[in-house]
Order: sequence, then structure tokens, then C-alpha cells
Amino acid sequence: MTYIPKPKLHHPDLPKNKLGFTHRDYEGSVSTLCAGCGHDSISAAIIQACFELDLPPHRIAKMSGIGCSSKTPDYFLGNSHGFNSVHGRMPSVLTGANLANKDLIYLGVSGDGDSASIGFGQFAHSIRRGVNMVYIVENNGVYGLTKGQFSATSDKGSKSKYGALNSDSAIDMVAMALQLGATYVARGFSGDKEQLVPLIKAAINHHGAAFIDCLSPCVAFNNHIGSTKSFDYVREHNESVNKLDMMVDHDPIVADYAPGTMELVTQHDGSVLRLRKLAPHYDPNDRIAAMSYLGERAAQGEIVTGLLYVDPQGEDLHDYCNTIDKPLNELGTADLVPGQAALDKLNEDLR
Amino acid sequence: MEPTNIAAPEYFHKVVDCQWACPAHTPVPEYIRLIAAGRYTDAYMVNWKSNVFPGILGRTCDRPCEPACRRGRVEKEPVAICRLKRVAADNKQDIHNRLPVIPAQKNGKKIALIGAGPASLTVARDLAPLGYEIVMFDGDPKPGGMMRSQIPRFRLPEAVTDEECGYILDMGIETRFGTRINSLKQLLSEGFDAIFVGSGAPRGRELELPGRKEAGANIHIGIDWLSSVSFGHIDKIGKRVIVLGGGNTAMDCCRTSRRLGGESVKVIVRSGFEEMKASPWEKDDAMHEDIPILNMLVPTEFLHKNGKLTGVSFEKVKAVYDAKGKRSLVPTGEPNEIHECDDVLVAVGQENAFPWIERDIGMQFDRWDMPVVDETTFQSTIPTVFFGGDAAFGPKNIIWAVAHGQQAAISIDMFCQGEDVKKRPPPDVAIISQKMGIHEWSYDNDISNDLRYRVPHQEKALALADVRLEVELGFDKKIGYAEAERCLNCDVQTVFAPNLCIECDACVDICPMDCITFTPNAPEDELRLELKAPAKNRTQDIYVSSELKTGRIMAKDEDVCLHCGLCAERCPTGAWDMQKFLLDLTLAGPACHSK
Ligand SMILES: Cc1cc2nc3c(=O)[nH]c(=O)nc-3n(C[C@H](O)[C@H](O)[C@H](O)COP(=O)(O)OP(=O)(O)OC[C@H]3O[C@@H](n4cnc5c(N)ncnc54)[C@H](O)[C@@H]3O)c2cc1C
Ligand SMILES: Cc1ncc(C[n+]2csc(CCOP(=O)(O)OP(=O)(O)O)c2C)c(N)n1
Ligand code: SF4
Ligand code: SF4
Ligand code: SF4
Ligand SMILES: [Mg+2]
Repeated sequence: MTYIPKPKLHHPDLPKNKLGFTHRDYEGSVSTLCAGCGHDSISAAIIQACFELDLPPHRIAKMSGIGCSSKTPDYFLGNSHGFNSVHGRMPSVLTGANLANKDLIYLGVSGDGDSASIGFGQFAHSIRRGVNMVYIVENNGVYGLTKGQFSATSDKGSKSKYGALNSDSAIDMVAMALQLGATYVARGFSGDKEQLVPLIKAAINHHGAAFIDCLSPCVAFNNHIGSTKSFDYVREHNESVNKLDMMVDHDPIVADYAPGTMELVTQHDGSVLRLRKLAPHYDPNDRIAAMSYLGERAAQGEIVTGLLYVDPQGEDLHDYCNTIDKPLNELGTADLVPGQAALDKLNEDLR
Repeated sequence: MEPTNIAAPEYFHKVVDCQWACPAHTPVPEYIRLIAAGRYTDAYMVNWKSNVFPGILGRTCDRPCEPACRRGRVEKEPVAICRLKRVAADNKQDIHNRLPVIPAQKNGKKIALIGAGPASLTVARDLAPLGYEIVMFDGDPKPGGMMRSQIPRFRLPEAVTDEECGYILDMGIETRFGTRINSLKQLLSEGFDAIFVGSGAPRGRELELPGRKEAGANIHIGIDWLSSVSFGHIDKIGKRVIVLGGGNTAMDCCRTSRRLGGESVKVIVRSGFEEMKASPWEKDDAMHEDIPILNMLVPTEFLHKNGKLTGVSFEKVKAVYDAKGKRSLVPTGEPNEIHECDDVLVAVGQENAFPWIERDIGMQFDRWDMPVVDETTFQSTIPTVFFGGDAAFGPKNIIWAVAHGQQAAISIDMFCQGEDVKKRPPPDVAIISQKMGIHEWSYDNDISNDLRYRVPHQEKALALADVRLEVELGFDKKIGYAEAERCLNCDVQTVFAPNLCIECDACVDICPMDCITFTPNAPEDELRLELKAPAKNRTQDIYVSSELKTGRIMAKDEDVCLHCGLCAERCPTGAWDMQKFLLDLTLAGPACHSK
């Protein structure tokens, strides 16, 4: 936590994006989290991703629940919309907002406590309904805000800062998201922005429910020996299956790569994902294979990261509900109250 | 890149851009913080120790520190370092009890100083407290050299010169003012243990053009004319004046003319406006006093009628660049431009002159007829004779004269104590953590967004009516505080401990200037381009750590760091710390002696 506001001055040679903004224009107010918190790095990655995608900040809505992680939307995109809901209720608030105005980009920001405990049901249903959103869980294995109790993603057998052993089984949020039908699933690490920023960018461009589980060490309560969510542990056990570049324009050039080591995925909106395979046999288009591979590696104590699954032609809640193109919040009284004649006709049809 | 050796004093010294650029290495941010704290007397004494004439320099310094100031690279303009010095001088209390005590018991060594300008005065200040007996000669009746004789009173009131020369003369200096030295040979035979030549560069360059002799009564050499004004021998000039030359002397000539009856005063220079030697602020001040600066005009002839000057004829030129980008001025071919006038002031340069140094006493002169002087020791080829100030390497300015004086004093002291003058004493350095609490530092790390404040000026009509009325009024305490707060405290260094870093990226994320990058090591040229923001300013160093746990290194571009300490506040492990680096130049005295 810092008391002075971040100075307004910036590097004279900062690049500007197509809107004429620098990355500093995507910042929020200064973070109040502990110094070194992984969550702050994720905020920085979101800032970088939105900057690189040339997104107009006022077209983004940030939604969150309760927790250190859920506080972070205050610390990025200071000119975007935001809603800080009660604990675990972000998914339903986001779903409602999305139904009302499908034109905004929805960023759901949550924690492992917020999403894997109190909000587990909400998380599950927003994913299985295919809400068009980016759902990021900033996963530190503890309830950071309430001083470090084990959360539901904490591995069985891992040790708390004060020596207690966790006896409960862990929930793997990536496995859950795959199971529940998310059409974009990734895992990242706050300490590796080179990997994380493209994952966030591709998730934003994805049509459908995009889920990112991001390991994010809690420096205050879960960065000790015996933790499986510490900087050192994650670095030692990080098995990245691929390296993602996102190209917004079509660019068929795949020079210099041996056959089978590069894969191009064209998403619904035309954006092209270029995946450089690090684990040669890993296929991010095969949901079932992904689930079994992840399970195998997890049993070995490895943490698989990268773009784990993508269905480029994903569909969303609005597709399923067959809503009109125009966002519902833009409909005027004439559309919403069509009058007695229309009602009569409808009633007639139902007889 | 190799890991940076932060133990070498030059490394952090260079980060303090202003102090590095200051010839006397004044610890600028240290005194600026004292001003902000209202400790004007302390701020004055920090300056007095480093540059001897804070009140004078706070009004007149050439301020090489300001173009170097980091603030000028992160926003529009540098900190008004020079004018803050004046705030300290204007608001200080009596300093007599803080001045060095002069020993009653002398050390038996007697030193002659030729000239009473800033160079000699500095030597006197540094040597008198050590017990040296000092005899100071000057042809003029009062001390100060060109600070008194040349710099117009409306820029530097005489009282300030009197005060600051007084502190030194009161150290028991024996003065022989009104005594010009006409023979060095003679002086060498008078038994001094060492002689310091601080006689300046007293001769104004001539402009030999047709008509020079015939119209001579109304053509004046700038520096001679200015001293005549300073000493009250001249108090008026014609209504139409042309000043030839584009340096600071020209600016003083034209502004003085405006105050002595010149109504239409023009400065005319041969090259372009941008290439003029005068400092930008002096040009601004001149133009503010309704003095046009005309450029690309080469004077060819002084016009006269019946033995009286009527004007100057100028050939029009333009700049052309050859393939190598070298510029030359060539005539445009247009007819000459005639500017009518009543008086001309010639300010086209200044030269050294040593007619009083015999050429048969063993002193070596170079091919420009300048004495051969060692650039670090200031010793001439006669071991007992030292030079400094404008006399050493040609005309410079006051702060260089002071810096020379300090080094010459060290040499004289070492020489008189039987030491090798080539073994220069290292500077005194200290580095101290500024951490007081989790978010508390013993300096104000909050960065001010204020733009540079303008120094208030005397009302123009009043200023132009009196050649002795000071134009600049100086900052008051309130603006002085606000301007002081613009300083970035570049001496509070970011110090990195690689063994503590867990590579969490917190410092990278918070840094407002994108200074910090964790990256694989590479040769400097590549590394500079791979940083979060490209490090294009090659004059500023990259601070590189040893290898970290992930095999990467920490690389910090010093160029635009605000010294805001946010990296250190955000670091969970204390791998960054903010540490004040204080460098004090060692002056003459026991610290220079090996025994
Ligand atoms: C018009 C003008 C304006 C200037 N404005 C500025 C300014 O704003 N800021 C700045 O920093 N610098 C300025 N300068 C330059 C500055 O004044 C000099 O660089 C500085 O004074 C040099 O100091 P010094 O000690 O070497 O010699 P000087 O100041 O020149 O002093 C030399 C002294 O030696 C005496 N002397 C010379 N020969 C003998 C002898 N044989 N016997 C006895 N005495 C002798 C002279 O009478 C003189 O008093 C200006 C110069 C001029 C001409
Ligand atoms: C309804 C409700 N129950 C419990 C709490 C207490 N509480 C606040 S934050 C939190 C856990 C947050 O954990 P997580 O989502 O992992 O966030 P972190 O702080 O670790 O980022 C809990 C249980 C609450 N605020 N509201
Ligand atoms: S900001 Fe302050 S410390 Fe830094 S160079 Fe300028 S005056 Fe010196
Ligand atoms: S002090 Fe630290 S945070 Fe502040 S600008 Fe410098 S490197 Fe960046
Ligand atoms: S904040 Fe500290 S521990 Fe984290 S990367 Fe920076 S120096 Fe290393
Ligand atoms: Mg948590």
C-alpha cells in the first residue's frame, strides 16, 4: 500500500495506441493491497491488454465480489464502468448487466474464495450459461482479505503460514470451467506477464464465456515454504503448454517454425490466435483430452499454464436466448410497451 | 552488461545531474530541501562551502546545472536551481558565527594572489583558515573583479558583492588594492611560498573595419564601457545604439544602454539567433526591454560624416550546409543594409593578456601565447606559480573561477606541505537510507506537478530609469517553497539488493516512469531497446543487477527516474531502498595531506 498518489508524469517516449492513449491512461487509483501482491501484477496485465487492444475505456464494465482480488477493479481502468457486488455474487450481477447491455465488454474479477467457496454456484451457472465475459480468478489459495485462511483451491497437504496442514481436497477451477462448458479456458501466473497479457487479450476478443485462472501469490499469507501458491513453488512447477501471440489482423505468415509446432486459431470476431506449442502433443481444441492431461499433470504436482482450451466458434447467452441485436437497455417505450393490439395478438397466438 | 558498481562514487554522483554538471559540484538537492524546510541559513552555508558566492551566483550564475536538470527531461523546464540559491541568500540570518575561525598562529607560509576576482577570493577563503598568510593584489580599488566591474548593477547590486567579498577579506587577508602587478619576475623575488594568478581575461576584442578610427569617438569596446559605467565614469549614451556581438556582454551592453538614454537600441549578430552565445534568459530579458535582435548581418564598415559616426553597413548572409552538414555563412548577394546610429558598442569577444609576465623567467607559453597550465593541478611550468579563473584557460564564468580556485588552493596547500600535487584527494561521500517507516521517508517523495515559476521583475518603466535598480525581485518565501518542491531529489538514490528480490514485479508495475525492467541480460545496445520504455538517452546510465533467481537481471534506466520511492514502497522484501548520496568535494586542508 502506498500513501502518495502515483505521479502524473510519465516517460516522454511512451508509445500511444490507436486512440492516442498511453498505457498510463488505463490506470486506476493507487492500489491499497500489500506491497508485492500478485493481484497488482494482474491489474497491470489487464491495463496492458486493454491498451494494446486499443479499447475505449468507457466500453468496459468491471464487476467484482469481495476480497483483495475483488478490490482490484478500483486499481485499473479508472474511466470504465464498475460494480463491486456482495461476496460471491459477481457472476449474477454480471449476467444481469450483460443481458441488459450486450455491447459492453465484461470483465469479471474474482478470487478463489469469492468464486470457489461462497460464489461457487454463481460461478458455475454463469459459465454454463455462456455469458459473454472474461472471468478472471486471482487465485492465491487463501482468503487474503480476512488474513489468510485456506481457501477451497488450496492443495491438500499444503501448509499455512502458521504451520497448519490443509486436510480438504482442492477445487481445480480450470477443471470446473472445462467441465461446465467454458469456450475459452486458460491458466496464467501473475509473475509472468509475457504469458498473461496475450491470454487476457485473446479472452477479451473471445465470444462466449472465457475463464482465466491466474495464480497470484499472496505475499502476506501464502508465500512461504510449504505453500503451493508461492512465487518459488509456482515458478518451479509451472509447465507452460504453449505460448500465445494474438494478432488482430489476419496474418498467415508462420515462418521459421517446424511443422506441427505452430497453430493458428481464428476466433469468432476475426482475430487470429497464434499458438506456439511448447508441449508438442497438447491440443487446445480437444476439451476431453485437455481435461485428462490436466488431471494427470496435477496429480504429479505440476501446474499446467497457457491457453488450455478454446472453441473459436463459441456461442453466448444472447445467442441461446435469441435476443435482438440492439442492446435491451436501448429499447424505447414504443418497443417495450407495444400496446393493446400487440398484446391481444400475442394472447390470440397462445390460445 | 556487467553489474553496475554502485560503490564507485562517480556512479551515483552522475545520477545527481545538477551536482555533476556544477563545476564546483554543489550538492544542489541538499540545499533545495533545506530551503523547502525554511532553513535558509543552513541552505546558504551548504552553498557557501561549495561555491563561495551564493548571493552573487543566485543572481548571475551561468547555471550549467539547469540544462542538465532531470526535471527538464520529465516535463517542460528544469528546476530554477539558480534563483533558489538567491532565496537562501535573501532570507538567511547573520552567518558570521558559522564562518571558519582564522588561526592567530600562522603556519609560516605566505601566498600572493594577483587579482581580487572570484578565483583569487576563493583561494583566499580556502587557505586563510589553514593559517596561510595571504596578500591579495588588484589594480582596482575594490575586490570582486569583473563581478564588480563588468556585471551591471541592475543584475547584481553592489551591496551583495560587498557582503560576500567581505566575508573573505575579514579572514585577515592583507589587501593591496590599487596596486597593479607589472612584473611577475619582481614578485617572484619577494619571497612568497606560492603565487596565484587570478588576473582574468581583461581585454575586449577589437573590430578593425573601415571607419573605425574616423568614427572612433562613438565606438566603444563593450567591456571597457561597462566598467566605466560601473565605476560611474559614464552615465549617458546616444539615442540610437547598435551593439555588435551575441554573447552575454552584448546583452549587458544593450540593456545598460537602454538605461542611459538609448531609445532605439539594437543588437546585431553575424550568425543566427539560435547560435548566439548569450544564455536564452538573457536574450529574453533584452527583448523584454524592447531591444530587437537582428541576425545574419555581418558588419562591413563604420559610416561617418564630418568625423562623426552615422551608422554601420552590414552585408546580408545566409547559412548553407555542405554534404557533411557543416554550416557556412555566405553572402545573399542583396545590397548592404545600413543601420543608422549615434553609438556602437563592440562586444565581439574577450582575450587574455599577460604583458606583465616576462617571457624569460622560465614560464612556458603555448602557441596562442597562453601560459601552459596543468588542467587538474592548475600549476604552471614554474612550480610556485598557479593559475585559475579566466586567466587559466580563457574567459569562462564565475562558477568556473570558483572551481578553479578550489583546486588551485588544494594544489598550493599540498605544494607548501611537501605533498605531490598530482595526487588529488577523493571526494567525501556518504550514503544513508532515508527509510523511516513503511511509507515514510526523511525526504518529501510526493512529486509536485507545478510548472517552473517565473521570477517577478521590477516594473519596466522604473527599471529602465535607473541603471542601479535591480531588475529581478527574486522569489518570495512562498514561491521559493513551491519551486523547491519541484526538485526531484535526485541524490536520493534507488539502491537495489538482488539477493532480496523475489521478482514479484511490484516495482515494475508501480513505477510511473517505466524505469524498471526484469529481462535476460544482453549487451548494452540491445538491452537499452528491450527495456519497458526504450532508453535512448545514452548520456544516462543503465543500472544493472547481478543475475537473479530466474536467470534474469534487473535493469533500471536512470534517465527519467523521479526518485519518488514508489518502487521501494511497493517492494515486499526491501530489495529497493532509497538512500541519500551526499558527495562533498574535498577542499584544501588536512584531508588532502597524506601525513
Ligand atoms: C560584461 C560581462 C558580464 C558577465 N556576466 C557574467 C555573469 O552574469 N555570470 C557569470 O558567471 N560570469 C559573468 N561574466 C564572466 C565573469 O565575470 C568572469 O568569468 C569572472 O569574473 C572571472 O573571474 P576571475 O577571478 O578569473 O577574474 P576577474 O573577475 O576578471 O578578476 C580579475 C581581477 O584581476 C585584476 N588584475 C588583472 N591583472 C592584474 C594585475 N596585473 N595586477 C593586479 N590586478 C590585476 C583585475 O583588476 C580584476 O579585478 C561576465 C563577464 C563580462 C565581461
Ligand atoms: C457474505 C460474506 N461472507 C464472508 C465475508 C468475509 N470475507 C471477506 S473476503 C473473504 C474471502 C476472500 O477470499 P478471496 O476471494 O480468495 O480473495 P483474496 O482476498 O484472497 O484475494 C471472506 C470470506 C464477507 N465479506 N461477506
Ligand atoms: S530535479 Fe532536483 S536533484 Fe534532480 S537534477 Fe533537478 S535540481 Fe537536481
Ligand atoms: S523512484 Fe522508483 S518508482 Fe519512482 S520513478 Fe524511480 S524507479 Fe520508478
Ligand atoms: S518489488 Fe522488490 S521483490 Fe518485487 S520485483 Fe521489485 S525489487 Fe524484486
Ligand atoms: Mg484468495
